Amino acid sequence: MADPGNIGLWTVPLAVLGGAVRVSTPFLFVSLGECITERSGRINLGLEGTLVMGAMAGYGISYLTGSPWIGVLAAGVTGAGMGALHAGICGLPRVNDIAVGIALMLFGVGLAFYLGKPLIEPTAPRLPAIDFGWWSDIPQLRAALRINVLFIIGVLLAPVLVWALRTTRWGLIIRTAGESSDAALAMGYSVNIIRLRATMFGGFLAGIGGSFLSLYYPGSWNEGLSSGQGITAVALVIFARWNPMLCLAASLLFGGAAALGPALQSVGYSHGYHLFNAAPYILTLLIMIATCSPKRTLIGAPAELSITR
Amino acid sequence: MKADVGAPVGTPVVKTGAGEFLRLPPITAKIGGAAEYVVIPAGALLASLVLFGIFVALFGKNPLDLYFYMYQGAFGTWFSWQNTLTRAAPLILTALCTALPAQLGMVIIGGEGALLIGALCATSAALAMAGAPPLVVDTAMAVAGMIGGGLWIMLSGALRQYRGVNETISSLLLVYIALAILNFLVEGPMRDPTSLNKPSTPEIGTANMIGSIPGTDVHWGFMFGVIAAVLSYILIYHTVFGFAARVAGGNLRAARVVGLSVGKLILIVCFLAGAAAGLAGMFEVAAVQGRTNANLAAGYGFAGILVAFLARQNPLAVIPVAILLGGIGASGGLLQRRLGLPDASVLVLEGMIFVMVLASDTLYGRLSIFRAKGA
Repeated sequence: MADPGNIGLWTVPLAVLGGAVRVSTPFLFVSLGECITERSGRINLGLEGTLVMGAMAGYGISYLTGSPWIGVLAAGVTGAGMGALHAGICGLPRVNDIAVGIALMLFGVGLAFYLGKPLIEPTAPRLPAIDFGWWSDIPQLRAALRINVLFIIGVLLAPVLVWALRTTRWGLIIRTAGESSDAALAMGYSVNIIRLRATMFGGFLAGIGGSFLSLYYPGSWNEGLSSGQGITAVALVIFARWNPMLCLAASLLFGGAAALGPALQSVGYSHGYHLFNAAPYILTLLIMIATCSPKRTLIGAPAELSITR
Repeated sequence: MKADVGAPVGTPVVKTGAGEFLRLPPITAKIGGAAEYVVIPAGALLASLVLFGIFVALFGKNPLDLYFYMYQGAFGTWFSWQNTLTRAAPLILTALCTALPAQLGMVIIGGEGALLIGALCATSAALAMAGAPPLVVDTAMAVAGMIGGGLWIMLSGALRQYRGVNETISSLLLVYIALAILNFLVEGPMRDPTSLNKPSTPEIGTANMIGSIPGTDVHWGFMFGVIAAVLSYILIYHTVFGFAARVAGGNLRAARVVGLSVGKLILIVCFLAGAAAGLAGMFEVAAVQGRTNANLAAGYGFAGILVAFLARQNPLAVIPVAILLGGIGASGGLLQRRLGLPDASVLVLEGMIFVMVLASDTLYGRLSIFRAKGA
């Protein structure tokens, strides 16, 4: 073959593979964070707002300081702040965590649009990627193998979280709060404080997931940046049975589904492009239909979680 | 999930979670309780207005100007009143999409999706019936919009009932799916080839456009919204069906024990809820836009969630709250022009109100003034 770029239909699986790695990163961070939050017995539906806030803050700080990594950190801190707000309100008696999540979803998106208005024009320094495809001549393969550092951090984080949940003292406390708040109380821990920390941790990761959107892929700040990745990731945690490793697998699957539309478009098949864009949502719905059951609670579901009660 | 979202707070709440226990209302709850429902949300609203004033003051704007222009833009002139009521029309209907299922203890937040599907169905009906008398076309549009929106939300209800899928998440996912279907259709099969910049369906025709309530610029959708809200109120509080729904919302097990068909209740209520939002979509097409395109995803479905929660899921209270929120939306333009605030400032204020209202849930039954009154 004279032209190494001419690989015919192989473009599609390669683009899906590359897309899976690229697109899955926000899913991965949000779902890992939400996984920890839900294991402590609280659900934060507001991560969609946290994601957008993180994207805005990350972009803004990266633009102001010139360092994308400070931007990532700022996005995480912003997300943790949103998490603290959620946990603080939910800590009041008789306040419903799902409703507060919906409110913070709308609030976060609105606030990010408000504060992010001046950020649509300027270009902020973006996150670097590592070129794992240097050995190959095929441009599509090289593109697929350009992997962002955040993705690698996320992949490493998943087994660490499994280990931490299973063996560390903190993991045990979080799981106790999630399974029985009475037991946690009896051990002398404040359930509200445990959940506050777990929700802040979840918000921190969701904020970082948002910074990936604005600082790497698609790599700019605008108001159409996130369309439901946050809420899809929350649904994904249910599908992943509250297990961080399964969150990783599910995120890759969803990333691949989301990359299908652009991949097909790249080989000139653009019919029904918008329907392929809906693939992750349809996939989420189908998976929830397949795995939920009205008769029993889900295996692995924290007993205190309002969504499964 | 079946927590105290739908049930009016102040009635006995039994929860098993941490710090929750059987909480019976004090004997004086009747007098104090009624006042509470007005005073506490109003207080939350005021607090969020103050908070928003502080927020804009941080950006160097005068909060007093802010309040003045907000009042001016929302209720200051006859022109702004009409703008407000026009915006309130879809809000009443989309709020019902959340408030009706809430009676069953369900949190449906997919009104935006039902609105879009309702608009698509209504437009399709109008295009299919081109040439028929306008009254027939408009009736067909309303029926098609309501059936489309109704089935859309019923899907969430059915998934909840038969598959145990969380209805909050499924209804929100369906919003994104509805948006994708809309974009697909208006850029593909249903596209009007002459719509170049903004892909749209063909227009439904000037003759088929629904006019205004005589003497105003407010379209008939507002009237239908009010009627739908009143009918919903009668259905929920003055019929056996509504009573059954509230029993099922209060205690699922008790409802099953007394032989209520909970599945049927869920499906019917979800259908009605979606039909309301679908009707909102129909009116946005037949009275405002004249065609279907991406403009329809203007966030009325999401603002409707806020209206429903602020009205404490009461279909009658939805009407004044929708007018209030419609006013906030209407004042957005003036805030942009006079104060140079971004258009998202309305979203920020709405988010603040939502958060404050939910946080104020904790105050019910705990304010000493209400207790002292009858004691």
